[in-house]
Order: sequence, then C-alpha cells, then structure tokens
Amino acid sequence: MDLTVSDLTIARGGVPVLAGLGFVLEPGHALILRGPNGIGKTTLLRTIAGLQPPVSGRVTGAEDRIAYAAHADGIKPTLSVAENLRFWARVFGAGGIQPALEAFDLTALSGRPAGSLSAGQKRRLGLARLLVTGRPVWVLDEPTVSLDTRAVAMFADAIRAHLAWGGSALIATHIDLGLEAEVLDVSPFRADLAKTAGTDAFDEAFG
Amino acid sequence: MIALLLRDLRLAIRAGGGFGLGLAFFLIVTVLVPFAVGPQSALLATIAPGVLWLGALLACLLSLDRLLALDWEDGSLDLLATAPLPLEAVVTIKALAHWITTGLPLVLAAPALGVLLNLPGPGYLWLVISLAAGTPALSVIGTFGAALTVGLKRGGLLLSLLVLPLYVPTLIFGAEVARRGAVGMDTATPLLMLVGISAGALALLPFASAAVLRVNLR
Repeated sequence: MDLTVSDLTIARGGVPVLAGLGFVLEPGHALILRGPNGIGKTTLLRTIAGLQPPVSGRVTGAEDRIAYAAHADGIKPTLSVAENLRFWARVFGAGGIQPALEAFDLTALSGRPAGSLSAGQKRRLGLARLLVTGRPVWVLDEPTVSLDTRAVAMFADAIRAHLAWGGSALIATHIDLGLEAEVLDVSPFRADLAKTAGTDAFDEAFG
Repeated sequence: MIALLLRDLRLAIRAGGGFGLGLAFFLIVTVLVPFAVGPQSALLATIAPGVLWLGALLACLLSLDRLLALDWEDGSLDLLATAPLPLEAVVTIKALAHWITTGLPLVLAAPALGVLLNLPGPGYLWLVISLAAGTPALSVIGTFGAALTVGLKRGGLLLSLLVLPLYVPTLIFGAEVARRGAVGMDTATPLLMLVGISAGALALLPFASAAVLRVNLR
C-alpha cells in the first residue's frame, strides 16, 4: 500500500510553512526530504505520523503503518538497552529484539543502563527501535545525528534490508546515505505567507 | 498495555524514580502535626481523619508533575502516540501506575500513621476504605492535570492550581467517610458519593486527558 500525500498544507505554531505538497511513496522505495532549516521538514513528518493535523490536504496509507523516529529517542535512562527495546517490541506486538540488537551492534551493550550510553550509542538504540516495531513505513527525522561513519553504514544497511522486505522509508537528512532513493527538495513548496494568511486578515481588520 | 504498566512501575522503583516520595511526605505530615497541635489527645482524635486525608491528597499531588512530563521530555510520548495503543489507554495505564506507586502505599500506611494522630478505634477500617475508594480519583484527576500542562516548562505550579479545585469534592467526601466512621456514625451517604466521584472520574477523564494530550502534542 502506498503512502500518498496530496495537496498538503501544514502549519507550525499557526503559521503555514509548506503548501501544496504532494508525493507518493511506494513499498520498497525510499524518499529523502531536503530543504533548509526551518522550512518545515519536521512539521511535515509529524503531520504524516499523525501527531498534528494538516491545515488542508490529505495523507493516506499512514494510519497504523508508521514507525516514527524523531530528534528525541524516547529512551529511559534507568532501564537497560534490552529493557528499552523489549518494551517497544511488546507495545507494537512485534517479534524478538535480538535481530535489532545485532543490526545496530548493541548486543554487547544490552545489559547496560541506557543512561550510561554515549550520544551515538543512544541514537543506535533509538534506530534499533524501528526494527522491533514491525511497521512498514519508517518516518525518520534526521536519523544520522551523532552517528559515526560505521554507524551510518549500519543504518543504511538496515534501511536497505527494510526496503528489500517491502517496507518504505521517508527520511529527512542532509547527508548522503548511499541509498538508491529519490530526493524531494521541499523548498519550492514554501508557503506564501502574504497569500495564505496576511492579506485577508489585514483587509478584514482595516478594509 | 501490560508492557507500559510494567515499564512505569519498573521506572518508579529504580533509582530516581520517585517511588516513596509521596509516602515519605505523608509520614512527615502525620508525624509533625501532633507536635504542632500540642499534647491534646482529644483534639488530635477529632482532627485525625481530616489531617490524614489532607496528607494523602498532598502526597498524591507531589508526584503528579513527573507523571507525563518525563515521557514528554525524552520523546516517549510522541512515540507512544504513534504506537498501536490508543492514547486513552496510555493515560489510563499511567494513572493506574501512579495509583499503584503512590495511592496504594498511602492506603496501606494510613492505619499505622493513624496511631500517631490518636485516631479513634472504629475509624481505622473506614479510613482505609475511604482512602481505597478515593485515591483512584486523585490519580485519574491528577493525570488529567498532567496532560493539560505537559508541554509547559516548570508546569508544576500551574498543575497544582488546576488540580486542587478538582480534588476538593474527593477530599470533602473522603474525609467525611473517615470522620463519621471514627465517631461511629452512618457512613453510607458520603461513601456512595466518594465511590461515585471515583467511578465518574475513571469513566470520563481518560477521554478528556487523551484529547488534551493530542492538542498538546501538536
């Protein structure tokens, strides 16, 4: 099932940031979002993940199929690495955590409290969570922050395996992951503030 | 759902989880009140049900600001909102975990602390019954307050101000059950009101909490 975004307008803090955005993400494909800071990539991903409603337009094929990874990894520092992962595996009703631990080289760390991990190791744990969700559509917001080159390669391998399995991935990132992926630059969809909000309100108030 | 409950309980018991905070506060209040009131055992016996209830209520209030704020800060709340669990279930489980780690210990400790306040003999049973019936309402109402203030920095003060008026009916009827029980009067009416408040809060507030949480997550 495709993830389809059509004619989407999204707002951050009540101000429209992107307008008229549309794309289709098919199973087995990855789409990389690019654009300058503040353009609305995070807002777009949160909208697709269902955390906030769009101003207009539609997102279809996302309901209960999304695994979302944001800037924060949702890791509990007093639980061990394995306990953190096992919790998410049970919440999503998916299988074991061993493949996820191996994919991100966390097996040796599995008994350690997550609070004692380095930033890069925490990020790897956050990404390993995607594997235990069993969800087909990965929505990732800057997933490679604080990863070293070896961990980025692990992550790219995980994405490739996910795509080969029939999943899809929507990734906002600025680095080259070495993936066969389409790139969508969202800059042309920047909302025209004067057109969408400013003039009408001004006319109503003073016209 | 069981996984979330077990995780919250485990987090509470681990170092820095805040388990025992409410209990310690409850202990401090009931130990200090006799010193403040002075050696008047008749007066203490009169005010004991009210003091015990007030102590339990404030002890519940103490741990509310951690209830959802920690999950908000580390991003777990966003991830839970995209998980298969409905948010209504998430807030219900969170309230249950809060009750098990805060309300239940208060219920169990109250008879022992009643001795310090010279609570009359027949009052112990009714104190435990009233706390057992009333503290679930405190946890559920508190979860609603926590959901309302979840995105705010230093939201604890606002949370207390929002929740305290909502706690008043529970306090009135809960303390009334304990007071009437202690002096051997009929407790049926306030007890029914108290159970009604708990049942109503339990039935309705998770939906309200989930709704405000959705707004706050935007």
